[in-house]
Formats: sequence, structure tokens, C-alpha cells
Amino acid sequence: MPLLQIKNMSHDFGGLRAVNNYNLEIEPGQIRGLIGPNGAGKTTIFNLVSGIYSPTEGDILLNGKSLVGLKPYQIAAMGLGRTFQNLRLWRHMTVLEHVKMARYSKINYGLLGAFFGTPKRIREEAEIEEKAHSLLKLVGVADLADQIILNLPYGAQRRVEMARALATEPKILFLDEPTAGMNPEELKQMMDIIRRVHRELGLAIFLIEHRLKVVMELCEIIQTLVFGEVIAEGSSEEIQNDPKVIEAYLGKETIL
Amino acid sequence: MQINNSLSPEKKTFASRIRNSFAQLPLLAWLCGVLGAVLLERYLGDPLTELLGLPKIPALFGAVTILKKPQLIPGTVAFLFLIYAVPILVIPRLFGSILNRLVGRLFHLSPAMSVAIHLGLLYLILSLWADVSGYRLLTLKLTLIAIIVTLSLNVINGYMGEFSCSHPGFLALGAYTASVFTLFFFVDDKVFGAAFLPKFLGPFLFPIALILGGIVAAIGAIAIAIPSFRTRGDYLAIISLAFMFIVKSIIENLEFVRGPRGLSSQPNYVDLPTVFIWTVAAVWIINNFVRSTTGKALNAVRDDEMAADAMTVNTRRTKIVAFLFAAFWAGVAGGLFAHVLRYVNPGTFSIQKLAEVLAMVYFGGLNSVYGSIVGAVSLSLLGEALRPLEIFKWIIIPLLLILVMIFRPTGLIAFKDFDVMKLISPKEKS
Repeated sequence: MPLLQIKNMSHDFGGLRAVNNYNLEIEPGQIRGLIGPNGAGKTTIFNLVSGIYSPTEGDILLNGKSLVGLKPYQIAAMGLGRTFQNLRLWRHMTVLEHVKMARYSKINYGLLGAFFGTPKRIREEAEIEEKAHSLLKLVGVADLADQIILNLPYGAQRRVEMARALATEPKILFLDEPTAGMNPEELKQMMDIIRRVHRELGLAIFLIEHRLKVVMELCEIIQTLVFGEVIAEGSSEEIQNDPKVIEAYLGKETIL
Repeated sequence: MQINNSLSPEKKTFASRIRNSFAQLPLLAWLCGVLGAVLLERYLGDPLTELLGLPKIPALFGAVTILKKPQLIPGTVAFLFLIYAVPILVIPRLFGSILNRLVGRLFHLSPAMSVAIHLGLLYLILSLWADVSGYRLLTLKLTLIAIIVTLSLNVINGYMGEFSCSHPGFLALGAYTASVFTLFFFVDDKVFGAAFLPKFLGPFLFPIALILGGIVAAIGAIAIAIPSFRTRGDYLAIISLAFMFIVKSIIENLEFVRGPRGLSSQPNYVDLPTVFIWTVAAVWIINNFVRSTTGKALNAVRDDEMAADAMTVNTRRTKIVAFLFAAFWAGVAGGLFAHVLRYVNPGTFSIQKLAEVLAMVYFGGLNSVYGSIVGAVSLSLLGEALRPLEIFKWIIIPLLLILVMIFRPTGLIAFKDFDVMKLISPKEKS
């Protein structure tokens, strides 16, 4: 059974059909990519799966359970982690607090622990903190743990966001343009981190990217989305040579 | 720091050396200094006032005396210098290193005991200070209650980043619930008839009255929370403002609590230890909450709700829990307030009270326990000290607020964690 299965999903914004009849199956441990020009509906697909929007038609199954109608926090707790295209970090919080926060649904000490500082809370907070430190180490920002997030350079903020998404213990990780706005050096490091996360944690990854180089190198199967419809699906070579993809990116060749 | 030092070596030798030597003193040393000052005032205060030609010991650091009779300024300043400034500056310097070692040993032995000793000392200082006059005692009690109110509002307006105006309403609910409870059970009065239970039980059951007041306030808060936390935005401000007026006019029209005439002759249960214990409990529990990951979720919701949602935070539950929690403490504070003044009427809990509490929160600092304490204490004392200025008081206090908003837009001490262990730990030699 596939880990994530999307069946005939469509979504309308008013009269505009943003996503039309979208299908996807991701097996555990697979890396898949989604490319497409601006406004093709890539982020909308992410928001539909993670519960920010609810699809007009179709069904989304994670491990055989339908996600349609669930709240984003419920979907996240079921094992779907995500990052955002334009970093959504909490401006007044430290790096460590960011990662600890993502363990929210795993906290068992309840309100009593929160109010009275019971031994159970002290123990659990210590566990969460240890876990957070190990994730920060995994993405290579362990030494910045006590910094306020706004003081970090952009590349480090991206990594923190990645660590935060990993702290929810996802089975599948959605990355929305993880290398947007990065310089070549940061780009290379981020690709290493994605590979390491995939290898060490055995996650399935679904990736939106603008840079074809990143998708082509990382992903096994790539979909191309144009105006809310998948026009091509296949390995990176198949995609690169698909005339419809070339047309969508470069325009049509007309012979006068 | 180091860059500064290398640039201006002369400065380091003077100003920063003094600052350094004071920064190395543990909290206990400062408490001992203040205790010295308070003891000095108790035993030498009266002879010194006679010597300096003052009518009596200046109640609130001489502000009232100075404003009323300018010719007494030199005497008052001398009094403040001798009684307060000298011991507070000298005692910590003299015994600082000994106390630092003592604090270190105590801290390693048992942090809980160290906290208890600090609190005990603080209570001793407050009770000695308040012992000088009834006016001081009343001001101190109201200030401590103001700390609870400010801190609980800070949970909503600072930590959660919403704008709530309903705190006077919660105070009123708590004040009336606790008053009705104590008047009904323990007082022979005209409104509720003879006491229902033996009177000696009163002080022991009084915590129940306060908690009941808090619970009623929290139930009132549900009426605001359910409609207004579906989305973010200005809804909460509007609905909570409406709530405040609704509570006030309901109480004004309830004949069994004597409507606008108010309830009086509440039993005298709230002495200084009671207020002190409740204030410490409120600060401790609220601080525990906002420093836990469950409580930090409030900050996540405030800074980016969508991200909080995607990181498994149940945002709606988080907001409602925090709102009810804050309302509960406001209710408790209301109960204490009613029994300190031993009179409540609905007019107390109107827009002026709201302005007062909001000013304390924003003056002291958002998202900070230190800030709320500083805001509540400074504005309460300032409000009392500037009383002789009458109408000009309402020019000076808003002016101060405007200055704070210009130079420190989030308040004096904002976004700072209140770490008790760090506060009571010995200071390292640098």
C-alpha cells in the first residue's frame, strides 16, 4: 500500500480551478518531485494535503486513512511534516524553542504539568530538549540553539525550519522550495541535508522546486504541473526530453 | 564589552568598575540591603523625622510630602538618603562576598530551600515596610493584587498577542462571587441574613471563595472565547469590550447583590500574608505555564498561526485554555480586591480600570513576567505618589506611557524569561 495516495483531487478558488484531477502515490522512503511554472498550483497542492485548504473533490489517504476534513494540526500529528516556501518562523522564539514546539502533540504532561512544574513535566521537557538538540545537530545548527531566530542568516533559518518539521516525527516530509533564495554554497549544503535526512531517517520526501538541477539530482520520479494539471510524469530524463514540459517552460517553437 | 574597553580604558576604571562590582552581588545581598533599610526606618525613623523637621515618616518615599510642602524637600531627601540609599548601597557591598558564598552553598544543597529563604526575606521586608502606616499596608496589598491582574492580562495581550479588554469584567465576576460566598456563609448582614456556617471556618474556606470567583470568571470567559477564537483579528477586542460593559450592567441590575449600591462589610480575611501567598502562587503558576512548551505554543500562535498549526499545535485549544487561565487569575484577584477594600460596586469595574490595567501591561513590557511586575508596581506606586497633583496626575502618567511607547515600543522589560533558578543562583566573579 502506498504511504500517501491522492485520488482525483480538484480544488476551486471561486470560479478558478486551481488544481484539476490530481493523482499521486508515494511509497515509503521515496523522493518525488513536483515542478512547474509560477502559479501552476504546486503550493496549493501542498496546502490541500496539509489541511490548510479542503479539496473540492477527491480524496487524500495517508496510510489508508483519509485526511479530508481534518485540521492541519491533526494531519501534522499523523505524520505529515512540511516546510514553507516563505519561511514561517516564530520571530520572538529561540532556535531550540522552535524545534521543541514541534513536539507539542507528543507532550503528555497535560495542563497540570504546565501549571505546576511536576516531575513528569521536567522529565519530558528534558527529553524533548535532547531530541531537539540531536535534530539541530543533524541539520548542522546545533551551536545556534539559544539564538533568537531573527539573528540567524537565511540559510541557517532554512535549516531550523527543516529541523522543526523533522521534530514532528513525520513519515513523509513536504518541502516547499527548500532552496529558494539560496546561494550556490547554501544550495549544496541544503541538498546534502535532504539526502542525509532521507538516508538516516528513512523518510518519504515530496519536493516542490523551481531549480531543475535540484529536482533532477534528488528525485526518482518527477511530475510537471501546468495550470493545475499534470502534463508529464516520469524519471528526470523522461521529463527533460518531454516536448510538453519544454513547451511549458520555454514556449512553443513556431516556424514561420 | 571588550571593544569598548580597548577604546576607552579610562572609562573602564571608573564607571564600569562600579557597575561590575554591583553586578556581582547576589539577589540575597540586595534583599539584605533593603531589609537593613526597612529595619533602620522602623527603629530610627521617628527620631530622624523629628531631627529633620518632618511631620511623620514619609509614607511613599516622600513624594506626597515633597509635592505638598516644597519647603520640606531637603529634609525628605536627607531622610531618603540616610534611611534607604545608604543601607541599600552599603550592606550589599560589605557582605556581598560572604553572602555570595552562602547562596552558592545553599543553592547546591537545595534550590527549593533557597527559594523559600528568598521569599521569606521578601515577605519580612514587605511586612516591616507596611507596618509603618495603614496607608502603606493598603497600597502594598493593592499593588500585589495589581501584579496578579497585570500578569494575567499579559498572558492574553503579550504572550498570546491578542487584544482583550474584558479584564475588569473578570475582576467583577471574581469580586462579586467571592463576596457573595463570604457574606452568605460567614457574615450576619442585611442582604443575606444570618451567617450560614460557623464564623471561625471563614478564613479556612476563604481560598474556596477565591477559587470559585476564578472559576466563575473563567466560565464568563468561555462566552468570549468560543465566538472570537475562530479567527484572529479585532474580533476579540470588540467582543471583550462588550463583555466588560455587559457584566457591569448585569450587576447594576441585579437586586440581590444590591445593584449599583454595591456590596459592603466583607469579612476582613485578606491580611498581608494572604495577599502575598496568592501573589506568589499566581506568579509561580503563570510563569510555569508560559515557560512550558505547552505555554510557548501561545508565542507560536502569536508569531505565525499557520506554522504553529503545521507543527501539530492545536491552536484553538491553546488560545481558549490560555484565555480561561488568564480569566481565572483575574477572578481570583477580583476576590482579593473585594476583601481588601471590603466594599465593591459595579462602577469600580469600568473603562477606567481597563485603562489602568492595560497601561500596566504595556508600560512594564509584553511577554514578560518581570515586565508585569515592574509595570504593576511602578504604576500603582506612581498613581498613589502623584495623588497630590490631582488632575495633573492624569497628564504625567499618560506622558510617561507615551515616552515608553516611543523609546521602548514593547514596554520596559519585554520578551524576557523569568528564570527563578538564575535569579537566586550565586553570581560568578568576572
